Amino acid sequence: MALSDLTEGSSGVLAELDLPPRVAEHLMNLGFIPGVEVTVARSGPGGDPRIYRVDGAEVALRRDLARHIAVSEIDGKAEA
Amino acid sequence: MSVLAPPVPPSCCGAEPAREASGTAFQTIALVGPPNCGKTSVFNRLTGLRQKVGNFPGVTVEHHTGYLRDTVGRQIALIDLPGVYSLSPKSEDEKVTVDVLRGEMPGMPRPDAVILVLDSTNLQRHLMLAARVIALEVPTLVVLNMADELRKQGGQVDVLALAHQLGTPVVLASAVTGEGFDAIAGFLSSPAGQPSPLDLPVIQDARGCREWALRVGAQASYRRPVTPAWTRRLDGLFLHRIWGPVVFLLTVISVFQVTFAIGGPLSDGFQRLLQFTGEQLGNLLPAGILQSLVLNGIWKGVGSVLVFLPQILLLFLVIGILEDSGYLARAAVIADRTMASVGLNGKCFIPLLSAYACAVPAIMATRTIESKRDRMATILIAPFMTCSARLPVYTMFIAAFVPNRPLLGVFFGTRAAAMLALYVLGFLMAVITARLLKASVLKSKNATFILEMPPYRWPTVTSLGLRLLDRGKAFAYRAGTVILGVSLLLWALTNFPLHQGRPPALSESLVARAGHLIQPAIAPLGFDWKIGVGLVTSVAARETIIATLGTLYGIDPESHAMDLQQALRHELSPAAAVALLVFFAFAMQCMSTIAVVRRETNSWKWPALQFGYMTVLAYASAFLAFRLFSI
Repeated sequence: MALSDLTEGSSGVLAELDLPPRVAEHLMNLGFIPGVEVTVARSGPGGDPRIYRVDGAEVALRRDLARHIAVSEIDGKAEA
Repeated sequence: MSVLAPPVPPSCCGAEPAREASGTAFQTIALVGPPNCGKTSVFNRLTGLRQKVGNFPGVTVEHHTGYLRDTVGRQIALIDLPGVYSLSPKSEDEKVTVDVLRGEMPGMPRPDAVILVLDSTNLQRHLMLAARVIALEVPTLVVLNMADELRKQGGQVDVLALAHQLGTPVVLASAVTGEGFDAIAGFLSSPAGQPSPLDLPVIQDARGCREWALRVGAQASYRRPVTPAWTRRLDGLFLHRIWGPVVFLLTVISVFQVTFAIGGPLSDGFQRLLQFTGEQLGNLLPAGILQSLVLNGIWKGVGSVLVFLPQILLLFLVIGILEDSGYLARAAVIADRTMASVGLNGKCFIPLLSAYACAVPAIMATRTIESKRDRMATILIAPFMTCSARLPVYTMFIAAFVPNRPLLGVFFGTRAAAMLALYVLGFLMAVITARLLKASVLKSKNATFILEMPPYRWPTVTSLGLRLLDRGKAFAYRAGTVILGVSLLLWALTNFPLHQGRPPALSESLVARAGHLIQPAIAPLGFDWKIGVGLVTSVAARETIIATLGTLYGIDPESHAMDLQQALRHELSPAAAVALLVFFAFAMQCMSTIAVVRRETNSWKWPALQFGYMTVLAYASAFLAFRLFSI
């Protein structure tokens, strides 16, 4: 499933970033690395953009970017 | 509490490059770190007021260099490099950092050592950069900043174990409390030798660096602090689907309210002070050409612009507080949807808000926008935002032509409404221009918006103070160079050719002859030749028109005894005043902006296009306004 399909408060494990190399590399430096757990921390007004928590950082992404990031869903509980 | 943990191997002098060859007595140390690690606070704490801004040759990246003395009194130059996540030279910021660290930046000696600042509350991710910096084999000190927050929020790290892993000295420090800075001073005096890490990632990509960082963090028993509950609560408010936009609007409104409600009286007081000193100065000088030069040429010209310094600094202060506190990033998230409707993204909001203070730093701030096309569009519309240089012009003309009557209670009168209308006018034109651009030449398929949320922090007095000092200096420099120059030139043009050894009547002077040459071009807008001279001088910088008119009216016997507002009413029809305000709302009269657009876009094409577009637009709109209000 795509990162944009996760509901607010749930988590997934990053699988693949299907994005232009520049964008993908920037995201990886921010912590969006395949195998890492990511949580939907918050939705902006209107549900877009959303704030994702990854590796202790919180990053805002638009839905049409998150659509291109594949995740595998895990338990809906947010990390501590 | 903090200790300077020594690396395992002894320092080695063989690794030091020969300093004499570079021809400088300085020891050079580079400050490196990811964005939001508090690097600038560390820099400010170390160097204080002994810093200057510079540009690297050939690139647009700005940097600060600070000077300090080590414990034995030697000079050290500390270079604050841009915040970077990695050292793969893909972005300009990263390329500059790599070039400086490798000693390949022209005109800059290879740094003798590196201070790597990392946020101790976010160590795993920040250690990824450490892998890349340590691989450069330059003597390095790792500063784990924000130690106070780490401890307060229940995190911990074993500094000695980390130093062992990294093979560099490590110090736990806090730029806020000053903890650990004696250890940093010790490093500055005698940097250790090359780092000797236990291991480094074989492949320096993000994945390799992260695995290494996790391992090193675990070896150093790193425990990440828990995000404080109030951070979540603040985000809950600022990003709330209803309250978020409300807080956003209130914030934007209060930025301007503060600038006018507090800044206005401040500027008035400053003006009285300048006027008083001017009069005192006049009394000291004998009447004659010298008195005229000092009073009319210099004091009135430069003073009429300096008056606005308090208001401009206040605007920078408010924006600085918003930025340093971390709110501006949340505001960008809120603004993203609205910005998307004109084809831009939330990141464009931050430079556009700064453009209300000044387009020059705003255009430099567009570098954080990844999409080239969005960045270009933001650069092109930024000068439409009502910058602080327009403020003197607006304030002066509104005070002269709009009677102050209450509209909505005492706080919102006719003058405030006129000012608001001008702000809205500039904003609307920016929106229209953005739409035009994004629908045509700068059309982009998939716009991105990626923004890291910095933690909330109390802005420190030092960092705000230094920022204001920077801006104040830039403004005073402009008043002392461009505006002083224009004032002096103008004074000379008004006082020559001498008529029987005395200054000529204004109508006979050189400036009047020049003004009459321009007049046919601007007569359709209702402007006379004096305004024409003002328009020409304001190409240097908008506020110069006030200085110019101050000088011209001060010399003209008809308006000599009047203050500038009375003189304006005497010289200009209300319709022409409206036309002038509209002209200033749209025209790109600012050499500094033109220069910075040229630098940032690396071509003359964009600034030429922008200047042409804005001038034609300004002229046409001023013409329309004059016709409308003349009826």
